[in-house]
Amino acid sequence: MSASTHSHDHGHGHDHGHGQAHEHHGPPAGFTRWMYTTNHKDIGTMYLWFSCFMFFLGGSMAMVIRLELFQPGLQFVDPQLFNSLTTIHGLVMIFGAIMPAFVGFANWLVPLQVGAADMAFPRMNNWSFWLLIPAAILLVGSFLAPGGAIASGWTLYPPLSVQQGMSMDMTIFAIHIMGASSIMGSINIITTILNMRAPGMTLMKMPLFVWTWLITAYLLIAVMPVLAGSVTMLLTDRHFGTSFFNAAGGGDPTMFLHIFWFFGHPEVYIMILPAFGIVSQILPAFARKPLFGYASMVYATASIAILSFIVWGHHMFTVGMPAAGNLFFMYATMLIAVPTGVKIFNWISTMWKGSMTFETPMLFAIGFLCLFTIGGFSGLVLAIVPVDITLHNTYYVVAHFHYVLVSGALFAIIGGVYFWLPKWSGRMYNEGLGKLHFWLSMIGFNVLFFPQHFLGLAGMPRRIPDYALQFSEWNMWSSIGGFIFGLSQFIFLFNVIATVRGGKPAEQKQWEGADSLEWTHLPTPMPYHTFETAPVIK
Amino acid sequence: MLSKFLRAPAALAAIAFSTLASADYAVDILPPVTPVSREIYDLHFGILWVCVAIFFVVFGAMFWSIFKHRKSVGAKAAQFHENTTIEIIWTIVPFVILIGMAYPATKTVLDMKDASNADISVKVTAYQWKWEYDYQQDGVKFLSHLSTPRDQIEEYGKPGAKKNENYLLEVDQPMVVPVGKKVRLLITSNDVIHGWYVPQLGVNQYGIPGFIKDAWFTIEKAGTYRGQCSQICGKEHGYMPIVVQALEPDKYAAWVKDMKAKMPAEQPAAAAPPPTDAGGSATAGATGASQAGATGAAQKVASAAPATAADGKSTYDKTCMACHSTGAAGAPKLGDKAAWAPRLKQGMAALHAAALKGKGAMPPKGGNTGLPDDAVKAAVDYMAAAAK
Repeated sequence: MSASTHSHDHGHGHDHGHGQAHEHHGPPAGFTRWMYTTNHKDIGTMYLWFSCFMFFLGGSMAMVIRLELFQPGLQFVDPQLFNSLTTIHGLVMIFGAIMPAFVGFANWLVPLQVGAADMAFPRMNNWSFWLLIPAAILLVGSFLAPGGAIASGWTLYPPLSVQQGMSMDMTIFAIHIMGASSIMGSINIITTILNMRAPGMTLMKMPLFVWTWLITAYLLIAVMPVLAGSVTMLLTDRHFGTSFFNAAGGGDPTMFLHIFWFFGHPEVYIMILPAFGIVSQILPAFARKPLFGYASMVYATASIAILSFIVWGHHMFTVGMPAAGNLFFMYATMLIAVPTGVKIFNWISTMWKGSMTFETPMLFAIGFLCLFTIGGFSGLVLAIVPVDITLHNTYYVVAHFHYVLVSGALFAIIGGVYFWLPKWSGRMYNEGLGKLHFWLSMIGFNVLFFPQHFLGLAGMPRRIPDYALQFSEWNMWSSIGGFIFGLSQFIFLFNVIATVRGGKPAEQKQWEGADSLEWTHLPTPMPYHTFETAPVIK
Repeated sequence: MLSKFLRAPAALAAIAFSTLASADYAVDILPPVTPVSREIYDLHFGILWVCVAIFFVVFGAMFWSIFKHRKSVGAKAAQFHENTTIEIIWTIVPFVILIGMAYPATKTVLDMKDASNADISVKVTAYQWKWEYDYQQDGVKFLSHLSTPRDQIEEYGKPGAKKNENYLLEVDQPMVVPVGKKVRLLITSNDVIHGWYVPQLGVNQYGIPGFIKDAWFTIEKAGTYRGQCSQICGKEHGYMPIVVQALEPDKYAAWVKDMKAKMPAEQPAAAAPPPTDAGGSATAGATGASQAGATGAAQKVASAAPATAADGKSTYDKTCMACHSTGAAGAPKLGDKAAWAPRLKQGMAALHAAALKGKGAMPPKGGNTGLPDDAVKAAVDYMAAAAK
């Protein structure tokens, strides 16, 4: 159905190719609409709500963690449960919140921005969403397994992960299922982008969000099987007598680290490249000025993606690799600063001499820019092997990756939701609440994570439920910031629900400077099926 | 109900006020005490200042733009969208800065990796959840456990005992090294991956079961330096600190003599087999050791009771308590009659076998595979008696 729809003058009235009898644009009602839907908008919405749910679930685990760390001593949870919470918090946020949110954005926006009627494989699209539900149940439900959820850290290093109870097997299967979902989603996105662009929509005319997702999808296809392989080896080591990671049988635990981080580092970019794309849509819209250095943005994104495959060793400087190994990974890692710097400079040049206004999406994009830059700096500090060795597995690292994943990926997601919600729902959110949400998040976030740099420098290891007395003050600040940040997300939830249920009608082009197809070619509210006739891009 | 609901935040606020008002805030890397950690310290500050400089340029431009180029002050949007010259400049300049950072870092990496010509070698073996130090030349070997009492740690629903000054960073038997000597660590693990991390020494090295990795330090100043396990290693990961005490060489020699004098008495039949895997210049194992010793017994060195008269309670305190005091991972709690009743029905032989071979989430011998079988059985008997 992909290419054929382009030749029709009127989309409705011809065979939709997915066997539904309805002649009108409206969706069927009730639960079956969501169960059977092949509509990219519905599936995008489900991904986003799923991600929102997982975000609050993972966030509530973080709140318990910060409550326990509010002061030294054990007050609320025992150390085993604490370790389970940090582990599942990580897995839920990565695989349940950030990644599905980006897939939700891709579902909504890729067809709209390239002028396609839907995703290339609508039924597979439905399947890749619904796979997430059993995966999430296995992952989160493992808290009920004998012995509780896994407590090995999200990195699942053996032999500790081999020691875990049956929750480890549930987690492994959850990872397999989520991996299958991600790969299907990626194939769908790549095929849609490469085959279903409207006439005249050349690759170098695509909005940057589409470009970043194209590159991200290739990363996903490359590394999800690697993760699946590594956890399968864990599974056979656990149950079938193999010794991949057991020195006594001729294996090596370090091999797991290498394989895991060969997945893990590209994974980091999987979680940030679409964020770059979203920010590259928001900033020009509110600066009322075209994105600076579009071509160099595309090349920088591709360079980051390629470099991401040769830097995995920087997670392993304390493993005891030879000096040559440490040096190679240090140089390669430092090199990433170059394309990343190019992006930051391009964004600032986009703002330069613009005519800026500061609605909520713009605030989150600027928040992203400021805090992601700080996360980039701490990344550079950590790239330096000797410094990394003294900071490895301390709170400095925790601060670093939360600066890039929370104020990076998550701020971009939230900014993107505020940016496109008027288009998606046809209704305008409450700007005052949006700004309140931004400022509370910004303050809460920095009070939460900035002191963790100091804790790390002073030598506080991560993943400990209790700490020495000299870490008390900053931990308490961190917890206070955490509660502010956590609670302020309910403003977001309320704002989104209130908008969807009864916000004021939004305009077709809600943002003066927005220029991609969904704003210029489609009415607000959008019909259920869009671009059944492909637009012609000049 | 409501007042109860409000009381918890109010209590937290009160604690917060008392802690935060009387605070001394550390914002820096701890003072370095070895040549390598000093290099790390300087590297960190060098890079930090470069980052701060770039920060001011980048944020300066951004905030200038935010204040000057806003619609509300009448800014009109320019429409430029590329400039090849400036794009080339901002690709090349960071590259040059990076080379400037990489050069000194490379030097330090090579220094850190050069563990040759060490004066003394110490084999460090990590266990869940303690450290063992085995002095290859001096024949001293002992275990080092957390010494903070449990009643300072556990505050579930009640205030804990007043915490020691070095709460969670204190051990029963610190690692002792001479000042000014190059100490090589041969780090490994008995069970899962651990990390031997003492920030002030500039050492953070995983101990990986089945492999030996080395690291080194030369402490310049006598003193006590504290660190912790850096890699999550299970439930008690936060409770396996490292304490290194650096003594003047003559005092170190006295300490070695003292330790050796203690060892044969406490370890009548033990012999540390000469380490062949380390490649170090290991001399004999323990002094006066007979060949009959089991490695298991060797690990009891420097603990209170001889292995042959294994005392159930002391084994419980050292090994079993980690899980059996709180019921972690489904472990039956000490004294929990309901949880123990079905287990006791299986008979003591079955319980002994389960403890020796492992059961459910519990690894063989509770993870402490160095324990003699009798000690494990005695600990089981102790727990069983407590549940009757």
